[in-house]
Parts: sequence; C-alpha cells; structure tokens
Amino acid sequence: MKNFGLVAYLDIKESLRAKWFYVYAFVFGGLMGLFFISGITDSVVMGFTGLSRLLLVFIQVTIIILPIFILTTTVKSIAADRESNVLEYMLSFPISLKEYYWGKFIGRFATVFFPVIVALFIGVAWGLYKGGNQMPWAMITLYSALIFSICVVFLGIAFFISTLVKSHDVAIGLSFAVWIVLLAFIDVALIGLMMQNRMPDELIITIAMLNPLEAFRIGAIALFDPELTVIGPVAYYLLDTLGHAMLIVYAVIYPIVLGMLFAFFGYTAFKKRDLL
Amino acid sequence: MEHVKIVEARHVVKRFMGARVLDDVSIDIELGDKIAMMGPNGAGKTTFVRSMLGFYHIDDGEIRVEGYDPIKSRVEVLKNISFIPQLPPPVKLSVSELLGYVQRSADTPAQRVIGEAEAMELDIKRQMEKPFFKLSGGMKQKLLIAIALARKSKLFVFDEPTANLDPKARDHFYRLLFNIDYPHSTIFITHRVEEVEGLANRKIYMDLGKVVEDERI
Ligand SMILES: Nc1ncnc2c1ncn2[C@@H]1O[C@H](COP(=O)(O)OP(=O)(O)OP(=O)(O)O)[C@@H](O)[C@H]1O
Ligand SMILES: [Mg+2]
Repeated sequence: MKNFGLVAYLDIKESLRAKWFYVYAFVFGGLMGLFFISGITDSVVMGFTGLSRLLLVFIQVTIIILPIFILTTTVKSIAADRESNVLEYMLSFPISLKEYYWGKFIGRFATVFFPVIVALFIGVAWGLYKGGNQMPWAMITLYSALIFSICVVFLGIAFFISTLVKSHDVAIGLSFAVWIVLLAFIDVALIGLMMQNRMPDELIITIAMLNPLEAFRIGAIALFDPELTVIGPVAYYLLDTLGHAMLIVYAVIYPIVLGMLFAFFGYTAFKKRDLL
Repeated sequence: MEHVKIVEARHVVKRFMGARVLDDVSIDIELGDKIAMMGPNGAGKTTFVRSMLGFYHIDDGEIRVEGYDPIKSRVEVLKNISFIPQLPPPVKLSVSELLGYVQRSADTPAQRVIGEAEAMELDIKRQMEKPFFKLSGGMKQKLLIAIALARKSKLFVFDEPTANLDPKARDHFYRLLFNIDYPHSTIFITHRVEEVEGLANRKIYMDLGKVVEDERI
C-alpha cells in the first residue's frame, strides 16, 4: 500500500491549487461570517444560547448545501481527469487500482471535510471571544461527527456516480437529481401530501429514515430544539421509538455505512469495467 | 538472436457499443522489435495499446505481457512499460510532484528524469514548481519522453509522441531512442512512416480494427 498515501497526498496538493477548493472554503467561511454580521449571535448576550443558535443555523445550512458541493466538485474533477487523459497517464504507472481509488477517496475526503470543520471551530472560537462562557461541547462533538458523516456519504455517492457514468454532463445531471430527490423527501410538505394520499405510515417513515439528509436533520435538531417545530412527524416518531442515544447513532452511523457501501460499489465498478 | 516474447495478443476482440473496434487482432512482440504502427484515424491503434496496458476489458481473445494478464496483474505489467499518450494530459500536479509520483510508483529517481530532459535541451530544474499543464506543448512532450526513457522499461509505447516537437527536438528524441543501450522493444504509433524509418524494424498496418499488414523491414 505504499502508493496509497502518495495518491492521497497528491490529490490534496492538487485540490489546494484548484479553484473549486477556494470557492468551497470561501462559502463555508463566508457563511459563518454572514451569520455573525446578520446578528444571529447578538440576541441578548453571546452566551450559551447565542452560540448554540449560531451552530444550529450553521449546521442546517450545511446539511442543505454541503451535499451538492461535494457531489458536483467531485464528479466534475473525476470526469475531467478521465476526459482529458490525465487518468490514462497516471494509471499507466505501476500502481494498483485499489491504491489509486482509495487514495483519491481519502485525499478528497480531507479536502472537503477540513474547511467545514475549520469554519465550525472558528464560529465556536468567535462565540467564546464574544463572551460565551460555556462551551456547548455536546453540540460541537455531535456536529463534527455529523459533518464527517455527511462528507463520507456524499463522497461515496459521488465516487459511485463517477465510476458508473463516464459522461461529464450526465454525471453532473445525476448528481443534481440525487440531491433534489433527497431534498424533496425531507420536505415535510411532501410527507404530508403522502399522508393525505393514504400511504401507510410505515412506508412514509421508512422512506424518510432511509434518506441520509433526514438523518442529519433529525440528528442536528432533535436534541437541541425541544419543540421540534420545524422537523415534522417522522422525527417525533423516531425520537419516541429510538430514544436519544440510538437516534444519534442512527444519524451518524447510518450515513457512514451507506457512503462506504456506495464507495465500495464504485470501487467494484472501477475494477470491473473499462477505465477510460 | 533468441526470441523473447514480451507481448502475446491472440484473437483480441474489443467492442464499443456493438462495433468491433478490435476485430480478431493477433500481435506478438519480441524483445528487440521496433514497431511502427500505422493506419487511418479510428483504425483501433490506440484501443489496442490501451487494452495491452489494462485500460480496457477485452471481449474475446487473450493478451499477455511477459506472461501476465494486464487486468489481473496490472502492476507487474506496467512495471515494464513506458507509455506516452496521444495528447499530453493536462496534469495539474507541479513538475516536482509529478516526478515524485514517478519516483515513488515506478522506482525512477527524479534525478534520472532530469538528466534525460537535459539530453533533450529541456532545463526542467527551473520549472519544478510550475503546474505541469502550464508548460508549453513541446516542453510537456519532452518531459513525458524524459520520464518514459528514465524508467528504463523493456517496452516503450508511444502514441504519436512527436506532434508538438519542433524538428530539432524531434531529432533529439530519435537519437535518444536510438541510443538506448539495453534490449527493449518499441511501439511507435505514427502517421508519418518516413520519420521512423531508421528506427523501425517492423511495420504493422491496421484498418477497421484488423491488422492488415505486418512485416519486418
Ligand atoms: N472509450 C470509447 N468508447 C466508445 N468508442 C470508442 C472509445 N474509444 C475509441 N472508440 C472508437 O473506437 C474506434 C477506434 O479508436 P482508436 O482511438 O483506437 O483509433 P486510432 O487508430 O487510435 O485513431 P487515431 O489515428 O485517430 O488516433 C473509433 O471509432 C472510436 O470512435
Ligand atoms: Mg489514436
């Protein structure tokens, strides 16, 4: 596995030079900045509530926009490598497909994960500086885990799409489709509609539960918003049947497993099909 | 001269969307063969070479490179092959990173690549931090050639490598190829046969996915 680290390292170096990375880092850094400016934190004094609320808003926005960022940038750069013969050249060296694929995966993971985590911690540090006296440790830990989990699942899906679909345009289109469908199925309104159409409750709950975005939303909000006003009936149900601890396990672990499954299917396709 | 087979391709068939792009291709390559591979656009030359390098899963037939299957044992196969693609790939790594990749993956010291580059009058040491794709077309080509030669492979596969080179650089390149001082084979895909005349000892002509001519010269 000597080349595994090499591929990961070079992928990181390459990303650090790419435009998408700066847009990406800028968006998440900017997001935090925006929240401060717009005064979310100025509600009363920056104390526990102010900081918690900042993080809550940050994670909710992250859950919506991080997936599409990961999907499009990853799919695009893999497709570009293939179409421009970069993949052909790099793979003409004696390097195993396993090292190449998983090296890329880890390198990519580092570049999508760290900017968001750094933004999160900058937010926390700023909150403390502004007079927060209590660290919301539980929240910070959980949200870090959720961000990790989001990165894994959408990278997995992106690698899967990239190995399965060779055409650049189709791959990008498919990424958008995945994102839209997942978004549609967290929409409380849609679930409401399905209920009106007399679909069995179990089906609705199953569909919602399978959706990693729903898992993240529930995980991010359930523990910290006692009223659960924005989140809908599925969350109530899950909280009720699973309990807090299991709910968190589900929100963090399930998407990681799902993402690794997709990544693994992608790897299998990468090995079994034409590389170019 | 003993006949050491490097490549054995038997009845290779490769289809793309139903079309037989390689249609029962059989080519054996022995150590010392310097092949000029020719044929019209779309004849299947690149496809053959890519199948040999393990990029494509062939639909029928068999390919062995030094006894190894290019798909199942790609690392063993690629250890002995230097390849230059048809178009210089816009690699975003810097020159030094690319040389690091070559050094680690193919056990080829960067210093050796730099030496080969110098033999083609490319002073790459002054470009080390530049992204590879920002080099000029000819510089890219020279560096790819330098990497290929520095690897000291048994088989060199060049898919039209001289397109971007000025006449002088081309001569340098041919001279370097001519001066390789250990037993090796070359596949040289080209549309200008007169160019490789002095270098080639075998001519393979492909058309419509078939080998229509294969003669030693
Ligand atoms: N990945 C692919 N998917 C579908 N069709 C392909 C693919 N690669 C090549 N082809 C088709 O296979 C045929 C042979 O292509 P190939 O690149 O091997 O030709 P070539 O002999 O190298 O031509 P040229 O001299 O133009 O480089 C062409 O008709 C091409 O369209
Ligand atoms: Mg070609």
